[in-house]
Amino acid sequence: MNGFPILSLITFLPVVGMIIILFLKKEQANLIKYTTLVVTAVQLVFSIILLMNFDYSAAGVFEQGSFQFIDKFRWIEIKDISWLGTVKVDYFLGVDGLSVPMVLLTSLICLIATISSWNIPHSIKGYFALFLLLDCGMMGVFVALDFFLFYIFWELMLLPMYFLIGIWGGPRKEYAAIKFFLYTLLGSIFILLVMIGLYFSAHETLADGSKVFTFNLLALMDSANYTSDGILSPFNPGNLRFIAYIGLFIGFAIKIPMFPFHTWLPDAHVEAPTPISVILAGVLLKLGTYGILRISFPIFPEITRELAWYIALFGMINIIYGALVALAQKDFKKLIAYSSVSHMGYVLLGMASLSATGVNGAILQMFNHGTITAMLFLIVGVLYDRSHTRGLNDFGGLANQMPVYTGFVTVAFFAALGLPSLSGFISEALVFVGAFGSEEIRTLTIISTLGILLGAAYMLWTLQRIFFGKLNEKWNQLTDIDTREYIMFIPLTIIIIFLGVYPSAMLDIMNSSVNALVEFVSTGLSNVQLSGF
Amino acid sequence: MNLSILYDSLALIKPEIAISIALILLVLFDLIFHHDKRIIKYIAGISVLVTFYFVYEQFGLRGFSFQTDNIDLITNGMVAVDGFASFFKVIILLSTVFIIFFSNSSLEIQQSNDRIGEYYALIFGMILGMFFMVSANDLILIYLSLELMSLSSYVLAGFVKIRDRNSEASLKYIIYGSVSSGLMLFGISLVFGLTGTTNLLALKTFLLASSVNPVVFGFAIILIVAGIGYKISSAPFHFWTPDVYEGAPITITAYLSVASKAAGFALLVRFIKVAFVYQTDSDGHWVMLQIFDWQTLIIILSILTMTLGNFAALWQNNIKRLLAYSSIAHAGYLLLGLAVLSDQGVIALLIYFFFYLLMNLGAFYVVMLISDKIGSEDIHDYNGIGPAAPFLGVALTIFLISLTGLPPTAGFIGKLYIFIALVDAKMIAVAIIALLNTVVSLYYYVRVLKHMYLTKVEEQRAQVNISAWNLIVALLLLIPVLVFGVYFSPIVDFAQACNSLLSGI
Repeated sequence: MNGFPILSLITFLPVVGMIIILFLKKEQANLIKYTTLVVTAVQLVFSIILLMNFDYSAAGVFEQGSFQFIDKFRWIEIKDISWLGTVKVDYFLGVDGLSVPMVLLTSLICLIATISSWNIPHSIKGYFALFLLLDCGMMGVFVALDFFLFYIFWELMLLPMYFLIGIWGGPRKEYAAIKFFLYTLLGSIFILLVMIGLYFSAHETLADGSKVFTFNLLALMDSANYTSDGILSPFNPGNLRFIAYIGLFIGFAIKIPMFPFHTWLPDAHVEAPTPISVILAGVLLKLGTYGILRISFPIFPEITRELAWYIALFGMINIIYGALVALAQKDFKKLIAYSSVSHMGYVLLGMASLSATGVNGAILQMFNHGTITAMLFLIVGVLYDRSHTRGLNDFGGLANQMPVYTGFVTVAFFAALGLPSLSGFISEALVFVGAFGSEEIRTLTIISTLGILLGAAYMLWTLQRIFFGKLNEKWNQLTDIDTREYIMFIPLTIIIIFLGVYPSAMLDIMNSSVNALVEFVSTGLSNVQLSGF
Repeated sequence: MNLSILYDSLALIKPEIAISIALILLVLFDLIFHHDKRIIKYIAGISVLVTFYFVYEQFGLRGFSFQTDNIDLITNGMVAVDGFASFFKVIILLSTVFIIFFSNSSLEIQQSNDRIGEYYALIFGMILGMFFMVSANDLILIYLSLELMSLSSYVLAGFVKIRDRNSEASLKYIIYGSVSSGLMLFGISLVFGLTGTTNLLALKTFLLASSVNPVVFGFAIILIVAGIGYKISSAPFHFWTPDVYEGAPITITAYLSVASKAAGFALLVRFIKVAFVYQTDSDGHWVMLQIFDWQTLIIILSILTMTLGNFAALWQNNIKRLLAYSSIAHAGYLLLGLAVLSDQGVIALLIYFFFYLLMNLGAFYVVMLISDKIGSEDIHDYNGIGPAAPFLGVALTIFLISLTGLPPTAGFIGKLYIFIALVDAKMIAVAIIALLNTVVSLYYYVRVLKHMYLTKVEEQRAQVNISAWNLIVALLLLIPVLVFGVYFSPIVDFAQACNSLLSGI
């Protein structure tokens, strides 16, 4: 695989698809759909090829040598007379065990979402063009190793998402779309500020020995690169690292979404069309936690250790609060949306444990939540397409009317509530084991286990309300799922069951990277005096 | 003054001479060919190109035209010819080129085609004023050039006499303008009374050597800033902007929002750098004279300007008015570059201005094309225009996103450089306020997008078609906005090369 730019290909293939679509005519709807399908399918194939050539033993995280499939060249180079020395920005892509699961998830979910988009009602050309642009942005975030590049991909997602919710969404789409846009932009301005602050705090040594300011994430992780007077340099006694950490964390937390920044999510989910909900829950929410793992943790290890308890606290609040609110929902989609809030809490809890088990669990939970929740939203979509309502109390007894559908629903629900032998169980168990092992957050972990109980409660109650009991006469025309829906459900079901019985398939990919990350975070900058508390 | 000095001086102001000749030619041709006005725009276009050549020839040149006595062996004069002035001359000429293109396809201007000679003559009058503004090194010349530009623009603001609003715009502009230039003149006279000089370099020498009454001097400076603040439409001197921008023909609105703002900024930067900066330290930060606290004043002005502009824009339904408030907000961001009081701040300002030219003119152009087709500037009449005019819709979306400052557009790079300069100067709180302002601005820019794409329309809108020529002009603005968003080295290099201001240090 040497020299073959597979990551650039995976990232920018959607843009190529988008350009092709822009040149097609509006009337060629099928051609547009098939182009998107081919692009996302090829993207998935490339991701699988990537996985097959991936060296499981190389750690990555903070060391360029053990990153794989690196694409790196100088992108911006500005020579200057006096100010700032030379400005250099690299186009720098690479993957390690943290990002490969996310790359796989993104390409899988995008393919499934494309199939799910098949019956989008109008403006097909615009829809698929924006969809592919969104795909590029998401993939780019997961593979970028330069902060500047990361930020550009991060922001690239906003506009397509705004339009995808705003044009093809439900009745309150305008409100939901602008709320999503404003919230996430508010988050990203903090990320931008921290990015600029870090830029002025660290030097990268170039091949010719000269030192320049840098956006390179790996260089920013190395404490040897920091200057003595940079505002975010750990060696500057008056540094602002603590405030910067909180700013950066809020920026990422809005995407997760972490309580109290979660209020955009239910609106966005309820109004978005099904495929976009799938993408939102399946991939977009993972960007926040991925950002924390990739940037906050290794660049600010000393503050991460200091604030681990608070991260766990917010994880706990997410778990319990999300579950409680989900219990109170009457709208099927909103219920799933709040269950997402709850499930992302497990990720935060696992990360806060700062143990290999917990972080492994967190990343596995990111992947599993991506597949399970994607399936749950597809399930809502199937029902909504047929009945045009999402009220939980409008249904009942659908098990006899739609038996196959009920089967898939049961698998997804049980996976979501953490039944052993399905994938959700493994990741939640790992998160709890890891978090329990950390004495600091043990109490929070014990309280968090309540979330499992509540999760089971709302899931089972929903199952009961929709599928059991007496069939409402209104719904005796409902048909069971068709071939297209089979194609969406079967792969997800297989993955959920497979990772439930053989989680090592995924854990092995990330294990060496997670160990390196945990090691790095628990020892990094331990000799530095904390300031700003 | 002996003749050799005059001769040397004339050699340095070739661009200005070219503009003056063009102005005379325009008037003459307008008189001679009064039946067929088509030739006028070609003369205007060619004159701009010729001037471009002279400006290009001047790059790298540093010196004073119309020299006065040396001060401490430093040459001194009325008109400074340096990279900084050349940068702004390029900005002014570039926007003139686009305004000529715009005027060519504007419905309003075509309806007044019989007076087109007058129109271009006035524009060239403005250019001449602005050229002297960007290189003025003397308070008298500052005042004269400002008035030359203003008088031309007063007439242009009321050039189209179709609606009442047009004359209202012109009248408002004149009244506010005369008050502010009166204030400025009073400030200048106070400075002259205190220091005995109007030359900026001599002013600095005087302030270094002797003391003046800081209260009176500060008062005089604030009066002068009021005059300049009026031109760059900075709050609290911005009151004329929305009304004039709404009432003036859209081509002139676009021109005022870019070119005349550029000249105002150049004037302000030069005024501060030449008269008040005592030396530059190794990091490029300016060491200021203690007599006047520029930083506080500019920070207050800029935060006031951007906050007011952004919040007022939230409630606008007329799209020209919305863009007017947005341009006020941008003046605020630009002032931030100056507030840093360092070379990097000025470079950031130059970079921002270049991108601002592209995206702001682009937004005005698309709005003009759409408004000419649908006959309305009301945002509610934009409902559903996106699908009906696919290219214009996408173009306006990109320009507005760039004005918001989101990647991957040029506007992001402009903002990034401003924020880099702010963080470098450790002005974090100001940077946060400015970034929060960006979030506010997103709301009203996206509101336009909402009306274009999201709002349901009852019946399908008729397709809006544009000519190939319009498409090319729009692409000339659109492509750079996207390309410089991901590859911005050329502009940064250019701005850095142009940061050579003749300031005697």
